[in-house]
Amino acid sequence: MLVSATAPAQRKPADTSTVATLLRLLPFVRPALPRISIGMLCALGAGLCALAIPQVLESLVDGPLAGAATSGDTRGLWLAVGAVLGLGLLEVFFVFLRRRMILTPTTYVEWGMRTTLFKHLQDLPLAFHDQWPGGQLLSRAMTDLNMLRRWMAFGIVMLVVNFATVGVGIALMIRTAGPLGWVYLLGAIPMAILSFRFSRRFRRIARMSQDQAGDLATTVEESVHGIRVLKAYGRGPEAYKNFASQAGELRNTEMTKARQMSAFTFSIISIPECVLGACVFWGVWLVTQGDLTIGALGAFFATAAVINGPVEQLGQLLSMSLTAKTSVDRYFEVLDSENTVADPQKPVRLEEVRGEVRFEAVRFHYPDAPPIDLVPAHTHVPHEAPREEVLTGVDLTVRPGETMALVGLTGSGKTTMAALVPRLFDVTSGAVLLDGVDIRAMTREHLRTQVAIAFEDATLFSASVRENVLLGAPPQARTEADLQRALDIAQAGFVHKLPFGVDTTIGEEGMSLSGGQRQRLALARAIAARPRVLVLDDPLSALDVETEERVTVRLREELSDTTVLVVAHRPSTVALADRVAVLQEGRVTGVGTHSELLVSHLHYRFVISSLIEDEEFDRARGVRV
Amino acid sequence: MSKMMGGPGAAVAARPLGVGDEENINLDRDTSKAVRRRSRQLLLSLLRPERTKFWATVVLVVVAQASRVAGPAIIAMAIDRGVPAAQQEDWTTVGVIGGAYLLAAILAGAASAAFIRLAARVSQAVLLDLRQRVFAQTQRLSLEFHEKYTSGRIIARQTSDLEALRELLDNGITSLASGMLFMLFTGLSLFLLDWRAGMVLAVAVVPVFLVVRWFATRSRVLYRESRVASARMIVNFVENMTGMRAVQAFRREESNNEHFSELAEDYRRNNMKSFNLNGIFDPALQLIGNLTVAIALAVGGYRVLHGDLEVGVLVATLLYTKRFFQPVQQMAGVYNSFQSATAALEKISGLLEEQPTVRNAEDPTPLPHASGDLLFENVTFGYGSGEVVLPQLDLHVPAGQTVALVGATGAGKSTLAKLIARFYDVTEGSVRLDGVDLRDLSRQDLRRAIVMVTQEAYLFSGTVRDNIALGRPDADDEEIVTAAQAVGAHEFILNLPDGYDTDVNKRGGRVSAGQRQLISFARAFLADPAVLILDEATSSLDIPGERLVQRGLESLLHDRTALIIAHRLSTVAIADRVLVMSDGRVVEDGTPDELIAGNGRFSALHAAWRDSLV
Repeated sequence: MLVSATAPAQRKPADTSTVATLLRLLPFVRPALPRISIGMLCALGAGLCALAIPQVLESLVDGPLAGAATSGDTRGLWLAVGAVLGLGLLEVFFVFLRRRMILTPTTYVEWGMRTTLFKHLQDLPLAFHDQWPGGQLLSRAMTDLNMLRRWMAFGIVMLVVNFATVGVGIALMIRTAGPLGWVYLLGAIPMAILSFRFSRRFRRIARMSQDQAGDLATTVEESVHGIRVLKAYGRGPEAYKNFASQAGELRNTEMTKARQMSAFTFSIISIPECVLGACVFWGVWLVTQGDLTIGALGAFFATAAVINGPVEQLGQLLSMSLTAKTSVDRYFEVLDSENTVADPQKPVRLEEVRGEVRFEAVRFHYPDAPPIDLVPAHTHVPHEAPREEVLTGVDLTVRPGETMALVGLTGSGKTTMAALVPRLFDVTSGAVLLDGVDIRAMTREHLRTQVAIAFEDATLFSASVRENVLLGAPPQARTEADLQRALDIAQAGFVHKLPFGVDTTIGEEGMSLSGGQRQRLALARAIAARPRVLVLDDPLSALDVETEERVTVRLREELSDTTVLVVAHRPSTVALADRVAVLQEGRVTGVGTHSELLVSHLHYRFVISSLIEDEEFDRARGVRV
Repeated sequence: MSKMMGGPGAAVAARPLGVGDEENINLDRDTSKAVRRRSRQLLLSLLRPERTKFWATVVLVVVAQASRVAGPAIIAMAIDRGVPAAQQEDWTTVGVIGGAYLLAAILAGAASAAFIRLAARVSQAVLLDLRQRVFAQTQRLSLEFHEKYTSGRIIARQTSDLEALRELLDNGITSLASGMLFMLFTGLSLFLLDWRAGMVLAVAVVPVFLVVRWFATRSRVLYRESRVASARMIVNFVENMTGMRAVQAFRREESNNEHFSELAEDYRRNNMKSFNLNGIFDPALQLIGNLTVAIALAVGGYRVLHGDLEVGVLVATLLYTKRFFQPVQQMAGVYNSFQSATAALEKISGLLEEQPTVRNAEDPTPLPHASGDLLFENVTFGYGSGEVVLPQLDLHVPAGQTVALVGATGAGKSTLAKLIARFYDVTEGSVRLDGVDLRDLSRQDLRRAIVMVTQEAYLFSGTVRDNIALGRPDADDEEIVTAAQAVGAHEFILNLPDGYDTDVNKRGGRVSAGQRQLISFARAFLADPAVLILDEATSSLDIPGERLVQRGLESLLHDRTALIIAHRLSTVAIADRVLVMSDGRVVEDGTPDELIAGNGRFSALHAAWRDSLV
């Protein structure tokens, strides 16, 4: 459907137990635990104070006030007032302390989990990011963690406190009114059963709603990133319709949640109250039998009134806890994603890099390539299930300091090959070697210091031109001269005409630049990184002929001792190269100079030449299909 | 929409503020007032369609609360009347009282349950409405706006700001109304029961008011700050996730972590500040409540000792007094959410207030069948208030002509194209299609007649078919395939795992830059406009691909007006006319052959290009 994002299909919400989920939080929560525990005690204290007040009232009614009106003994009264006042103050103190104790550490927990997630996301390979829509990641980093913090600050504390309050309350009720209290306790049995059933259903729907909210965020993101296309075709209304229906689905899910909540609330309010109704009859009967004092009956109901609030809140707290549990699950789903492009345990460090890049029997398929569908989920997947491969055995050596052009049809795997060099992806089998060392034996940091890459669609960040260009530059090469050199080679002199020159903010939050301008800055960035190996993924496609030529000339002059692997579509880009490799059907079918290949390699001629006759062109097309 | 929100006598700001002051936290008084009014008006306009349901929820809450309030009174009755009666072996009184209690219990449960449903309907309707308004608004706003306002900020508006409103609605904006009613009820019952105890309560309201006012002023600034902090965090997050490839390739992870940690820390600190503020506000209210209970006990107990008050009544008055303050705390919570939501709505209403610089015609001239005749008359154009990019341009492109625009980067080719597509409006003069000013055309007529294909071929989530169909949503499968065939995209699409049904963002749907351009080409072919603008639309194609497109183009452009911007001059060969641009002016104009034969820039460019071919 147009402009409607969906969550990655492979995600199956794991139905983990709530306790197991909570245990996973422990490393994050541990530093905050002492304060949270103290906070809980404070909350308990506050609850006990609230409970004690009716008890004081009871002793007041039974004591000084019961029939003692005539004696005029005011001492007991003032004692009681003092007690109520004291308890009231204590309660407030506890409430104040509880907030102070709990809220600050929970913000640290939230911060810690958020930055950990961010860090992990940056560590995860591109293959992960290709599969996970941005909105889903964002909703985990923001909404889910907010939810979790609220639950830690309020939900879990109140849950514990409410249970404790209700427990103590019922104990008091049993103490003051014996059998009446036991009757009230019986009401807990149906409540427990209902809660259990409610939890099971609610959890599923809560998960659905959170996933849908993430998808909705993705749709918003796409609709803004693709705004030019939507505008160009006047498809705003369609995009809107789509968004509206997606938002409508979310609303429906929320309504289902509300309906379940509503049914549960009915029981959670009515059951205890009905039990209390029964207690009215029995209580009065007990009083007439002389088994209960009037004061005790009053206190029983007063205590019941106090724990009524906590009991009714249990429903809300339960649903909050279930939602929080879902949030934790969603969070750990991302955090548990394994990094398939990780650093080795004992990394090799190249001291003097010559810059030889060798592809050895490289095969590659994207990790999400089909047809994994054909394998039923429960069967054991053999190590190498056949997948749609992009590279089917590439052997190629780029000599130190050499410029090698990579030529092939669109979709032949050139970009993929380029991305393998800085390990943006890892080969499926075979190896990519830098100076004879498998690049998987190095840290990514080390490798990417040696290898810089410029992409066709240039990504600029919201920062100044200077920061964008010097993004990957080594510390010793960040001077004004280094900046000028990179800009100069990439023919990006236009930046000096920007309002603040190289300090102009560009990117999303700054000046918008044309495609050609962006490409030149991305190229300048790769040059400024002073790599031993420079990978250029068709970085000149948006440049006009003259500029392209000037860039080509400067690159040749300046990068004579840098190994360059350049993906090319045009003869003009190929002109940059010492040698050319032809990529065809996932393998290299020819390596040689441009003129050699033009003579000897039919496919190369087909790909690169605009001058071959139509007849030959069609024949070559026919061969290809 | 803005008319609705302008409100009567909104004389504060002659020009709407829009998103202008979005990052500013310490607004001056007038601005702050205007922004808050804007925000409240938005909330009201959202609630207005739901007002019947809204009041129904209030009624339900009142019923629920009333049944609960009745509780202590019924118990007091049971003790004061039921027990003596039962001691006289009269059980009917107790029966009636107990029955009433049961009834109240069921009623309370039922009303609460119904309330939850209805309140959810209100809050979900409001959220849906607002989501749709914001989405429609972002689609309505011109590109000029989007070039300044980042996608991250729009996402922040649509997610975390909406979340703030959601919290308010969930926390029950209705419970604000119901809480007040509850207090009113409890207070009234107390007065009826014993007016002197009621007086104690009345006095207690004064400090409550003062505390609330103090909180309101402080929290306003904090929540504004919170919105800004969370938006900054989201913007940073979105930008880095979108540009992850460059982040990793250039090892920005460490410094990004630092930056993001700082932003998250700002947000955390702000959160903590507002919690601490709440941490005073909430206990302060509770303190007032507990003091009041103690005072009520002193006063009441004293009177009982003097025989002025029954014991049962005292118990009831104390319970009422205690209960009176129960919703105060809940309302403090709601009020807190209200403050937070208002701050969020300040931002959202600012976005909604923005006016597109390219506006739809109020009274459009219909043009159902455009022929494609383009006329630039005295056109001057500069982005925003900046430098003039196109000074004084006059140009006529007859219907059916294919025009190639040539010139260095920055010569104004893309600007010219964007003016025809009406991504921007001219500063002076006019652009006319078949004699009609573009500004007088309806959006539908304009977009049907003119389509622009840009270099960045954005693909949306969904299948290849969906993405092509974007050109004309009512096209059938056959037409989609025909379009793909015409631009030479059919073959590679068939080679994708699920052919036309391959999801472009999912397994195996990875398409290269060149393939993306082919898909977007097919999109344009399907749209079948009278005027087609190709702005570097073939830059990523390989030569065979371009050649195929070229063949398609010849038939595609046969009977329509076309404007082609291409650095590769191969495309120019099929043009009827070449315009060479420099510094916003047309410096050469003629057929390709004429210009090649001459000795101008184009001739030189063409020679250079010719040499580069093999």
